[in-house]
Amino acid sequence: MEKYIEIIDAVKNFGSVRALQGVSITVKKGEVVLIIGPSGSGKSTLLRSINRLERLDSGRILIDGESVTDPGADIRHIREEVGMVFQSFNLFPHLTVLDNITLAPICVLKKNKDEAIETARRLLAKVGLSDKEKAWPEQLSGGQQQRVAIARALAMNPKVMLFDEPTSALDPEMIKEVLDVMTELAREGMTMLVVSHEMGFARAAAHRIIFMDAGQIVEEAPPDTFFTSPREERTRKFLEHIL
Amino acid sequence: MKGSPFSDRNSKTSDKTTINVTDGTLIPLKDEGSLLSAWNISFFGAIALLVLLPILSPDPYLHILSFVPDGLVATFSVTLISIFFALLIGLFAGLGRISQNRSINRIATVYVEIIRGIPLLVQLFYIYYALGPLLRLEGPSAAIVAMSVCYGAYMAEIFRAGMQAIPRGQMEAALALGMSRSMAMRKIIIPQTIRIILPPIGNEFIALLKDSSLVSILAVSDLLRRGREYASTTFRYFESYTVIALIYLVMTLFFSRLVAMMEEKLRHRGKVH
Repeated sequence: MEKYIEIIDAVKNFGSVRALQGVSITVKKGEVVLIIGPSGSGKSTLLRSINRLERLDSGRILIDGESVTDPGADIRHIREEVGMVFQSFNLFPHLTVLDNITLAPICVLKKNKDEAIETARRLLAKVGLSDKEKAWPEQLSGGQQQRVAIARALAMNPKVMLFDEPTSALDPEMIKEVLDVMTELAREGMTMLVVSHEMGFARAAAHRIIFMDAGQIVEEAPPDTFFTSPREERTRKFLEHIL
Repeated sequence: MKGSPFSDRNSKTSDKTTINVTDGTLIPLKDEGSLLSAWNISFFGAIALLVLLPILSPDPYLHILSFVPDGLVATFSVTLISIFFALLIGLFAGLGRISQNRSINRIATVYVEIIRGIPLLVQLFYIYYALGPLLRLEGPSAAIVAMSVCYGAYMAEIFRAGMQAIPRGQMEAALALGMSRSMAMRKIIIPQTIRIILPPIGNEFIALLKDSSLVSILAVSDLLRRGREYASTTFRYFESYTVIALIYLVMTLFFSRLVAMMEEKLRHRGKVH
């Protein structure tokens, strides 16, 4: 399979905090990669660098051969093709659920309104929220908000989906409904990078797990090997904490 | 990222954001709905006086009431035109205050500092008497320029605070969907900002309505000046200024209630989290 996302020697510092210290990752088309690690390990920074919400100090990131990190890159075009789901959902509170989903397709992709609405309804059905299209975000539970956020990202018809701790802000009983949607997406062949500690999802959907610590990749392996026989001591210690 | 509006706020801490700008009338709270609320007493008391006084004593009260409406038109014209330009100036200066461009940021900040540091009365004198001859400004236009420039600085601070109160994740989500910064501002940040800043802007409008009485010194025949004209020809100072005061009171109380109702209505359409 072809390389789809290439991260080459990414370095990022926030003042004296060294968030990324030379991270290189390759993701193939259709691959689901889970990034885990203690807080402050740089995993969110890495994810946010992929659509340049953070700018790297050095290193390169390519998506389908197109450079994200090149100063002259058409970053808006790249972002159209990279969907992102945030820990805090970030739905637009002044728009209804339907308008949240159709806004970017209409304004950015210049789709006509009927077409955008049709796509939005199809996606709402997919995430199981067909009855909520007229609701305001504040009327939804966290799990529902996050599913709308996933639908909103999918409405741009992205080639890659980034999930930045999508279930960390959710009550336990809502985590499953979000993970189910993500698992379904993985099964359909979406290329996904997921920062999460959801081990159930890792086993069910991930092709590969990357363990980061202190801005570096410590270990990467398929889920079964990763959980049963981690090579590194640091990985074993971390797994003891979360399993 | 220092100086960026979206850098140091996370979405969790900002849901209690309120903006407190004093110097307006009190915006009535919903739970102060009783018949004897301060608002009811003042508003209906003032109206009752404005109705009863001319009936009980037509001379001079009825004369005064028929003499001042011209001034009311002038007061409202100055207020509405000034608030319009103040909002425009405030929006751009507010955007300047949160701009990452250092020179734009500096210019906007210096403007706000200078204007807020000089009393409005002094600004009016300065623009009318000092700059007026150079700029060929008549009384009404000098008044409008001075009020707009002055209130623009206060509006800028309201816009700035309002935009900074929007969680950083909103801008990030918009950018991640492929929007440009300016599109994200127009479609996401500013619409939410308006909900937050409506009460303080309403307050500024009321404050401006009151401050517009200052322009009576610039040969603008506003409400106060008409009252003064009447008083100085008839020597009915007490009666003239009583009526003027009551009219101002009725107007500001009316608008403060209007602002409160608008705020209440907006609250139902999508809260800012």
